[in-house]
Amino acid sequence: MILTLVSIELSKIFKKWRTYIGFIAIGVLTPIVQLALYLTGQRYIDHLMRGLQDTFVFSGNLFNGYLVAYVILQSLFIHIPFLIVLVGGDLLAGEATAGTYRVLVTRPVSRFQIITAKFLAGIIYTVSLLIWLIILSLIVSLLIFGSGELITFRGKLIIFASNDVLWRFLCAYGFAVISMTTVMALSFFFSSMVENAIGPIVASMAVIIIFLILSAIPVDILQTVKPYLFTTHMVLWDGFFNDPIDWKDVLSSAIVLIGHITGLYLLSTYIFLRKDILS
Amino acid sequence: MSTGELLNGEQVIDVKGLTKKFGSLVAVNNLNLNVFKGDVFGFLGPNGAGKSTTIRMLLSLIRPTSGTIKIFGKSLKENQKDILRRIGAIVEKPDFYLYLSAYKNLEILGRISGADTSNKKIMEMLELVGLAGRAKSKVKTFSHGMKQRLGIAQALIHDPELVILDEPTMGLDPQGMKEVRDIILYLSKVKGKTIFLSSHILREVELIASRMIIINKGTARVEGNVEDLLNSNQLRVTFEVDDIMKAFNLISLTTWKQNFISKEKNQLVFEMLKKDIPALNRHLIENGVNVSSVVPVRSLEDYFLKITMGDS
Repeated sequence: MILTLVSIELSKIFKKWRTYIGFIAIGVLTPIVQLALYLTGQRYIDHLMRGLQDTFVFSGNLFNGYLVAYVILQSLFIHIPFLIVLVGGDLLAGEATAGTYRVLVTRPVSRFQIITAKFLAGIIYTVSLLIWLIILSLIVSLLIFGSGELITFRGKLIIFASNDVLWRFLCAYGFAVISMTTVMALSFFFSSMVENAIGPIVASMAVIIIFLILSAIPVDILQTVKPYLFTTHMVLWDGFFNDPIDWKDVLSSAIVLIGHITGLYLLSTYIFLRKDILS
Repeated sequence: MSTGELLNGEQVIDVKGLTKKFGSLVAVNNLNLNVFKGDVFGFLGPNGAGKSTTIRMLLSLIRPTSGTIKIFGKSLKENQKDILRRIGAIVEKPDFYLYLSAYKNLEILGRISGADTSNKKIMEMLELVGLAGRAKSKVKTFSHGMKQRLGIAQALIHDPELVILDEPTMGLDPQGMKEVRDIILYLSKVKGKTIFLSSHILREVELIASRMIIINKGTARVEGNVEDLLNSNQLRVTFEVDDIMKAFNLISLTTWKQNFISKEKNQLVFEMLKKDIPALNRHLIENGVNVSSVVPVRSLEDYFLKITMGDS
């Protein structure tokens, strides 16, 4: 039954216009970044390696699909959560707003099955949005700009051999799935509490923005709070582009995020199981 | 003994001491309900009487504060899925996934209910409610009446034994109301379903139901066989006359004064049996009082009108 419910939830999600806002946004923004880099990419490389070109000789294709995908991921990663909450915030509250809780909950399925199916459908939507991002940012960029070494700058210049890059991207996207699922779980949690989808969407965005601001303010007391904010751990996808990779850091962040996902799912379930359907 | 009990005695709904409180507001107070197999049970009450709250508790949408609900002889709390599999319902206004077609809505809800969702079955349901021609139209293009009919189709898609309909004719025009009533009668008489029909219109319940209960402010007021309740009681009859004082003096001298209730402007009100109306009418006319109208109101109707207007 749970598979039937998940497939039904997915068919409902993908029949809604708002579902495609995320796909359209990524579909529009990614080519813009690609075009901009296509036109000015060399300047970007020159800027990155200013001062080094006099000392070292760089050969090969440094301006390639991997670099473009990396730039896109860095640029869009902070904004994708806002696309995720559009669907996550609607998953439960949307039923209340439409009055369809009544036809759904009076069916011979348990509330636990309903909420679990909705949560799984939300994860599948999140993954599909990230797959769309992978297709446009990585695959299309590799097709347009070709392969090569990946050059990154994080206090020091790091150049990864071309055969050492793809797995890092796959791990980074895998981590991104965990990060974005956390965002989806947060909006899902808010969605379980109210009867209008706007509230959870705005609340989720507000939480993310506030946490990001708190993380960014260089005041000691706020920096002590930083490890406890899930947004701090969300950006650890970038850890796969370190050399060497701080596995302990990456794994602990992944565990923190998975803990958030589990906790938010359990809280949402608890609320939904006890909820009086009055809409 | 109820019609249902006389027919076969199998109790479909057995509610005891049902109470629901929202904070300090008591929406349903110590309500008992008995619905038997084959009944068309009228659940009557004015708006805000607690009908929808009761129905929501019968369907596990909200949890009772206290009391027990047994449906098909099983506790709802412990057998929710099994029981809901055998119930079809419309709760308040019919809401659907507006961005999906009527067909797709039925398919989804049927699949969740474990029903046959073949094209034949779905079209059969849409045919029953007169929407086969609009199967592929998105529900957002439907009128209220069409949504109401689709609501009946979704309630029946899994062939339930008990159909709970909460104000199924609300917002419909007279033609739409008749169509819905015909469907309910078809379900009861041809398909043998047990119907639990909530309404705030006495006339509607009178036309369809075999047994009924009137609730107000969450409490049961009157319960029984519809025919008995509506016809066994005396009528409240208003005579409109041309000379109120002459008429009043005339009845004061006769045994009719025992039936007299009140007078106002040019109207005299009596409580009497239906068979006695012609005699009083004749008595007035033969004594020179012109009667311009005689309006009988059944006492139950009168009572219901009073509680509907908030005067319980």
